[in-house]
Amino acid sequence: MQPVINIKNVKKTYIMGTVEVNALVDVSIRIQKNEYVAIMGPSGSGKSTLMNVIGCLDTPTSGLYEFNGVNVGDMNDNELAKIRNKDIGFVFQTFNLLARSDALHNVELPLIYSGMKKTDRKVRAEEALGHVRLEDRMHHKPNELSGGQRQRVAIARALVTNPSIILADEPTGNLDSKTGVEIMGLFNDLHAQGNTIILVTHEEDIARHAHRIIRVRDGLIEKDFMVEDRVLPGVNV
Amino acid sequence: MQLQESVGMALNAIRVNKLRSVLTLLGIGVGVFSIIGVMTAMGVLQNAIENGVSDLGANTFQIQKFPIGNFNDNSRWRLRNRKNITYEQADMFYDRMKLAKFVGLEVWEFGKVVEYKKIKTNPSVQVAGESIDGLATNNWNVEDGRSFTNQEVQSAANVIVIGSDVVKKLFPIGNPIGELIRVDGRQYKVIGTLVNKGGMLGGTQGNLVVMPITTHMNTYGKERSVNIMVTARDQKTYNDVLEFSRGVLRVIRQVPPGEPDDFEFFSNETIIAQFNDTTFMIKIGAVGIACIALLAAGIGIMNIMLVSVTERTKEIGIRKALGATKYNVLSQFLTESVVFSQIGGVIGIITGSIMGNIVSLLLDAPPVYPWNNSVAILQTPFLDFTALQMNITALIFCSFIGIVFGVYPAWKAANLDPIEALRFE
Repeated sequence: MQPVINIKNVKKTYIMGTVEVNALVDVSIRIQKNEYVAIMGPSGSGKSTLMNVIGCLDTPTSGLYEFNGVNVGDMNDNELAKIRNKDIGFVFQTFNLLARSDALHNVELPLIYSGMKKTDRKVRAEEALGHVRLEDRMHHKPNELSGGQRQRVAIARALVTNPSIILADEPTGNLDSKTGVEIMGLFNDLHAQGNTIILVTHEEDIARHAHRIIRVRDGLIEKDFMVEDRVLPGVNV
Repeated sequence: MQLQESVGMALNAIRVNKLRSVLTLLGIGVGVFSIIGVMTAMGVLQNAIENGVSDLGANTFQIQKFPIGNFNDNSRWRLRNRKNITYEQADMFYDRMKLAKFVGLEVWEFGKVVEYKKIKTNPSVQVAGESIDGLATNNWNVEDGRSFTNQEVQSAANVIVIGSDVVKKLFPIGNPIGELIRVDGRQYKVIGTLVNKGGMLGGTQGNLVVMPITTHMNTYGKERSVNIMVTARDQKTYNDVLEFSRGVLRVIRQVPPGEPDDFEFFSNETIIAQFNDTTFMIKIGAVGIACIALLAAGIGIMNIMLVSVTERTKEIGIRKALGATKYNVLSQFLTESVVFSQIGGVIGIITGSIMGNIVSLLLDAPPVYPWNNSVAILQTPFLDFTALQMNITALIFCSFIGIVFGVYPAWKAANLDPIEALRFE
């Protein structure tokens, strides 16, 4: 079966002034459809760079990155933007909602850039908000919502385009543990519904919600293994 | 799909930063205001003048010794030896101009006092001396009583027709016909009154008295140049009459063949053209000032847009992560700066039109509405602009300013690195 993500010998080098920084030295990962993967690593491990590459926010310096069988390394900015728009649903630690727009508009945003008609996108955005059980908060602005609700808006926004992967960067990092559990439960549900989820975190407890953990250190894959004692949402955190 | 979104965002940005936005809008607004204000005021003046000169009557032209308006030193030197058009010459002209419908001869005195019993006017009454056709060529109509007869002109009778303002002042009640009034101390019998036609340029067309030209010359002196007014029978014969009268007057004044005329023709058209010549430089000046103001305003817009891009770096990062292309971001910020300049432009047009039309209230002249599309208020050698065309041009120019000064900030926003932008706090 063709993997959603096929990364082979990817290298990423930044030039900071005169110094070359090898953020990714040699990374190879394959992720299949409907996997639930956690990428772990301490800060400076290259975890964020890997996430940026997977999220098509950045392109590798060398190596192969195929997304749904298409080589991303060759793409220009506009093509990358299109992939991000259609196939990747981002969930950020700091939610990253537009502060001046209500929840509905925030969820509609990716659909605006995909060129969907106003009436259609409203229906789709309402559906997505229903999916995260926020239909009654549709016209609230982010500052009128709790942290957990904000993150659920962000998840609805990630879901609304029916993406190939949901890429969540420390999604519980700014939430209290009880709310964090709720959010992880939501990810679990999304996975059960057939979504492919990639979680980037440095917290062991969070990572153990996933089926598979990839540990990154010094720009290399340190360990790639299936989780045997998965944390089930709602049970001990 | 993007435009509506972008316009909405632009309006939102303006709402959120009220003071900053108002100051920027003011810049554009003042620029547009200055040009629209001046143009509208000039348009009103032009309306007033066109209305005024058309009071001369249709198909009428005048002949005078000197051209109207300023002539330069060179022509002043050339013209200063011109001899007066004497009453005898003018009368001869009258006898020979059978082709014309009317030929009126007139002379003027200004700033006189008219008295009736104990009541006096201000020393501002105009005293016209007219030949028998003079009232017709001036388009003056008698309201009550009658005009003077040929015989009264011949005999320089002390009879007088008075304008409506004078009637109002001296005869607030009662009938002036047959009463004796004094002009400059001399006594005249009122035989008629004139229909009020309203003032031109704030002047008072009713503030005059009219006596036979002969009486006028006996009283105020013969050493003056007579003003000849000729009315053609219709538009078709107008040019023929004009050329014929040129020939007749040259013969009477013994101008040798090949020499230029020693008199000047005026028509409604030449007076309007004269006005346009004088105001053209004012208009060009206004355009220049407006351009400088708009340049300054454009720099203001650029400044505010750069601040806005920096403030909204994070937002740009989010939008890019969600799939906004460079083009999406560029057009969003460009739309914002164009919306900015358009709002400023509309404010400028509204205030400028109001300001310009205050002139119309002061002068009691017809206003120039911003949507007027029939009267050209700016004539350039290439194109004439009506008020509507002016305003549309102003808005297009504002968009242009918005684009020119919005391009760099928008380009900067479009080229932000999404990763860096997302990290921005």
